[in-house]
Amino acid sequence: MTEYTDKIKEIAKRVLTEGKVEMVIGFREGSVPMMNQPHYATSAESVDELVWDCNCGLNLANYITDKKGNIGIIAKGCDSRNIVTHVIENKIKRDQLYIIGVPCTGMIDHQKINAMFDQEILTVEESGDKITITGNGFSKTMSKQELLTENCAVCTHRNPIEYDELAGDLVEEQKDVDPYASVTKVESMSADEKWNYFEDLLSPCIRCYACRNACPLCYCPTCFVDESRPQWVGKSQDPTDVRTFHLLRAYHCAGRCTDCGACERVCPMGIKIREFTKKLNKDCLELYGWEAGLSLDERPPLDTFKTDDPDEFIK
Amino acid sequence: MKNMLEHTGIEPGRLHFSWISSAESTKFVDVVTKITDEVKALDPANKKYVKTEPKVD
Repeated sequence: MTEYTDKIKEIAKRVLTEGKVEMVIGFREGSVPMMNQPHYATSAESVDELVWDCNCGLNLANYITDKKGNIGIIAKGCDSRNIVTHVIENKIKRDQLYIIGVPCTGMIDHQKINAMFDQEILTVEESGDKITITGNGFSKTMSKQELLTENCAVCTHRNPIEYDELAGDLVEEQKDVDPYASVTKVESMSADEKWNYFEDLLSPCIRCYACRNACPLCYCPTCFVDESRPQWVGKSQDPTDVRTFHLLRAYHCAGRCTDCGACERVCPMGIKIREFTKKLNKDCLELYGWEAGLSLDERPPLDTFKTDDPDEFIK
Repeated sequence: MKNMLEHTGIEPGRLHFSWISSAESTKFVDVVTKITDEVKALDPANKKYVKTEPKVD
């Protein structure tokens, strides 16, 4: 991964000194292992802090909403699809952006890795397709494929869709993966089983809204959960309120979600939030043949009307 | 929307959509009668999305 980091630094330095952009949005190392944090590089010195490895799971498109000026941004497959979504939703102009595309081989699941060890993890190093996890008195090397986040393991858009320059060679896209396997499983349950499945899924939720804050789609100036006049949804821990929040959050992402997994990555309770958005992604694909963020020229299905739109549910 | 609510466990038959013009009074009556009949046929004990008193352990 160091080759990506070096190339990213080189490109970032060049575009900054040429004056093409005022800052480059990327990642720098976090204060604890596996938690790289977003970084705005504005000078040659701060460019040196940029890194790229398998812990860059957050979605950087979250940081370009309504920004002024010219911005460089580092984008893996999902980030680039969210950038496309931002552009078609007029949250930023394409010509404001200099996109440094990073072909991605997946990000690792820090929650899964933390759960594997009793002791504190001190370093996590990536070399090729192996990950070495070390702590006080232990060291373990595992294959990266086993440690991928669930969304990365079934990702079919690893290469950036839209970019000005690439930081590495394009990678082969995954085939023979079923992104919707868990949705299909739930679909085969009875209504009561479904209800209980989601009741269990959501029971740990503490309504911290980290999922909303990490999501590049959630850019409303005032979120519906924060409004009090009218109050759309109760603020309590009551299961009804929790479920209402998650359902509405998912609906707001319908036809826009790129399954980047930022919501799940930041959930402090480890809730599989993607179970909701994935169902909507599957419906969008089946009903409208749509996957979000693949083209700058097409309007999303919920934004257009066609006479052959499916309407069997209306009597 | 219907797909998603039913995916998360609302019984099919609780949620109905219809397009009725203000001039279509007979259609309105028909649709409402059909909906009430269908909903009445479902299990009334199956109260989902109804807030209850908080559980005390």
